[in-house]
Amino acid sequence: MTTPDPRTELLPPYARALDMTIIGLHNGAPLIEMPFANKVQGRPGFLHGGAISGLLEMAAVAAIQHALHERGDEATFKQVNVTIDFMRGGVRQTTFAVGEVTRLGRTMANVEARAWQDDPAKPITIANLHYLLKRS
Amino acid sequence: MKEKTVAEIAAAHGGFDPRLAISFMGKAGHGGFLGMDYVGHGEDWVELAIDWREDLVGDPNTGVLASAVVISLMDNATSMSIWTKLQEFRPQVTMDLRVDYLRPSPKGAKVYGRGQCYHLSHSIGFVRGVAHNGDIDEPLAHVSGTFIRVGDRLG
Repeated sequence: MTTPDPRTELLPPYARALDMTIIGLHNGAPLIEMPFANKVQGRPGFLHGGAISGLLEMAAVAAIQHALHERGDEATFKQVNVTIDFMRGGVRQTTFAVGEVTRLGRTMANVEARAWQDDPAKPITIANLHYLLKRS
Repeated sequence: MKEKTVAEIAAAHGGFDPRLAISFMGKAGHGGFLGMDYVGHGEDWVELAIDWREDLVGDPNTGVLASAVVISLMDNATSMSIWTKLQEFRPQVTMDLRVDYLRPSPKGAKVYGRGQCYHLSHSIGFVRGVAHNGDIDEPLAHVSGTFIRVGDRLG
């Protein structure tokens, strides 16, 4: 069992309800894990696509927060949309996800979030997300 | 207790009945965690709903639901719209989904999702849908996506 990163405290109620925890950094962005459980199961034996999407959205949000913090930027952000490709079925095991901020501009951010189980090179699902950045 | 699969339920009732299916799917697994309810259906659409709940919140400052709750709702509603249009259950998986968030789903508000299958090919079900808070003319999200049949194809 991995010790959760103190940043897990920052995850919203939805993420905590599905037992998501931040376990460290992967390629410079927060790495989140989600254990397999009945509450994230879709068809018997497989993860529900919506639960994987939830994990990816949490990874994307954590990645933007981290990237903004790194550059001392106090912008807030709002999700505009998401496109999700389901590539492999998620089986009865722990799933990992990380977001990569592919562009952090002045008015918007692009994030690619990936989820995998055994091998980061074999993603089960990839999400591309757009966020609107706002500064007061 | 062994969970009944959608296929077993459909077979036992000589077709696909979304109201009956959700009485199982809405109580098991992720659908059960979210508490998905049946609202209505037509020839090619199914509408489901999820009550607002504290533990489904994505932003504790505003009480707005996590956007992934809308994805799960629309994934199930659009998926079931295909079986409803086919009038039978066939195994399928989500190939892709796109969700545009027009506005947040506010604190305390029930979220409804209507999914429609607007075209079926041999292997692909093309779907679209709208999420709202009770008035479909005031949508909170638009969805489009595709499902691919696994195993038997439409001949």
